[in-house]
Amino acid sequence: MAQVLVQRLHKQFPDGTVAVEELDLEIGDGELFVMLGPSGCGKTTTLRCIAGLEEETSGQIVIGDEVVSGLKPSQRDIAMVFQFYALYPHLSVRDNMAFPLRAAKMPENEVTERVNEAARMLQLEQYLTRKPSKLSGGEQQRVALGRAMVRHPKAFLMDEPLTNLDAELRADMRAELKHVQQRLNSTMVYVTHDQVEAMALGDRIAIMNKGNLEQLGAPMEVYNRPATLFAARFIGSPPMNLVEAEVSNGHLTAAGGLQIAAPEGLKRGDKVIAGVRPERFTVSAEGEGARGRVVSREALGDETIYVVETEAGLLNVRMPPTARFAEEQIVSVRHVGAPPPAYDPQSEQVISK
Amino acid sequence: MTSAIVAENVSKSFGDVEALKGLELDVPQGAFFVLLGPSGAGKTTTLRVIAGLEKPDTGTVHLDGIDATGATPAERDLSMVFQSYALYPKKTAFENIASPLRARKMGKAEIDERVGRVAGLLHIEELMNRYPAQMSGGQMQRVALGRALVREPRAFLMDEPLTNLDLKLRVEMRTELTRIHRSLGATFLYVTNDQVEAMSMADQVAVLRSGTVQQVGTPTEIYDNPANRWVATFVGSPRMNLLRCRANGRLEGEGWSLPNPGFGIHGDRPALFGVRSEDLSLEVREESAALDGTVYAVEPLGDRTLVDVEVGDQRIVIKAPPTTSLQIGEKVRAAVDLDRVHLFDADTESAIARK
Repeated sequence: MAQVLVQRLHKQFPDGTVAVEELDLEIGDGELFVMLGPSGCGKTTTLRCIAGLEEETSGQIVIGDEVVSGLKPSQRDIAMVFQFYALYPHLSVRDNMAFPLRAAKMPENEVTERVNEAARMLQLEQYLTRKPSKLSGGEQQRVALGRAMVRHPKAFLMDEPLTNLDAELRADMRAELKHVQQRLNSTMVYVTHDQVEAMALGDRIAIMNKGNLEQLGAPMEVYNRPATLFAARFIGSPPMNLVEAEVSNGHLTAAGGLQIAAPEGLKRGDKVIAGVRPERFTVSAEGEGARGRVVSREALGDETIYVVETEAGLLNVRMPPTARFAEEQIVSVRHVGAPPPAYDPQSEQVISK
Repeated sequence: MTSAIVAENVSKSFGDVEALKGLELDVPQGAFFVLLGPSGAGKTTTLRVIAGLEKPDTGTVHLDGIDATGATPAERDLSMVFQSYALYPKKTAFENIASPLRARKMGKAEIDERVGRVAGLLHIEELMNRYPAQMSGGQMQRVALGRALVREPRAFLMDEPLTNLDLKLRVEMRTELTRIHRSLGATFLYVTNDQVEAMSMADQVAVLRSGTVQQVGTPTEIYDNPANRWVATFVGSPRMNLLRCRANGRLEGEGWSLPNPGFGIHGDRPALFGVRSEDLSLEVREESAALDGTVYAVEPLGDRTLVDVEVGDQRIVIKAPPTTSLQIGEKVRAAVDLDRVHLFDADTESAIARK
């Protein structure tokens, strides 16, 4: 496996649209690197430039130690995995995995060796003679990965490979993919618009917006301290509460007397937007806190999400399932735990330390 | 009090396909009653049989205690709300809502009063002069709802009315529907395949599979005490962990063993042990009952971290705090909250009760 470098990548389409703007990324050898963003943010265009399916307007792509700009996709030693279920149903697992090598006219003894090696790494040895329909979803996914692996690519490129699966299978596949990637220590560049998938899978996440990088960081860094309001809105469900507040007496004070612990790096009188995760608020029937009215409750079994209308706006609050508040009930909302990040309302950048 | 809707032993086939097999339902007056099941479970057929749009092959439907099995849809006086809004594009919101009343030749004063009341209830007074093309999806859904509400029927039948809305609007409309239900006090029979919808809105849920009712109960009863393996894994996300075992004085599976917390079993029986991911914990005290395993994958989700663990040759998911840091291949112990575990018979898949 190898590192992948995206250097000052710029992509403008013939109609004038700038899809990617002077983007720099360093993707480490053995890293599972996720590009996350809404449609049109430039993530897929970047991936296609790495793959050689699009030609960059300027800038360059390096895979391993080699500048690959100008090379055809087939000359780049990368494996694109678009969808995991594209196995040939009439071929055995062994023949499915051997297919790309035979197509490249590799000698049969070498084909056998490569397939055996991939099967060993992916723990597929006992399934080699079976047809795909006799395998579970997770096993089929491993076969699809194995078929990409036998070519000994320098990196795997994946474009929303789990999108069309139902929710349960997607969760299973996610764990499977992460397990295999870590065991093989393979370089993977993974594109998705699903923030849960990005958090669950990524060693690092690049959040993209309009062809630019909004934030680059490990999942918990991105979750705990989004760099911009865009990143704050994009990561987390229900989304982070963005509350207008003013620094006073060592607190952030919002309308209706809502008090939030003040992060460092602000001065008295600063007007900021505090980014408070739903689990950092708590609801009680009475007692201290800002008064509010429950407008909705969403029971998820292991937790309940309340939306509470307060003078500081509608607040999302994540509570344990044992909390029982009725819609329309008047309650108190209080901030708990560590100080949240704070944002400048104009620049929309994080300004707290 | 007489039940609003009772279906007894209802069967219905379409050609070779048995859509309903001896279905039993009892919907109390004024309930927000949700029929929950995957597609193909028979939810919509049930609704259509109750509405009189399909004739059952066998069985009866009673409305307010009266046998309505042979009644026409109009005689049943039920109001259906569908996924699609199906508004008249050339009529204003007011005229759309008023249309069922005009069809009944109701007087103008009464129409104005009824439509006004419904518009107030739905907070759509300012839309009354607009045409559907001038409304958002959420507004059209409200107008469609208004048209159903204005008739003041015996009960409302709703077939996945929120399916086509985006997530934010769905959550909003859920709240709206429960509020409307509270203020009308009418009976709602609501069909969905979305368990969050069912859990959030229902007084009672009937879980439907392959044309039969698997379980009826409050959302909490169904989540905490599923009647069988199928309900256990259909409701809840991540889905309930299941491990094959043999049940006797202890529960013993491949690579694990736990004390039997009182499940009533005789002899040595194959069973399925069930535990939800939030009832497992990586903080193990010495005396805890625990499962030993190997970390398969770690998935930080922000507010929690899901840890996939291999126990013997099977896999479970543990909901752990967001600060959890573990490496793949690491040995872990997962403490089990024995008060919240489940046991299902391996053959019948029914839940085994505690003594």
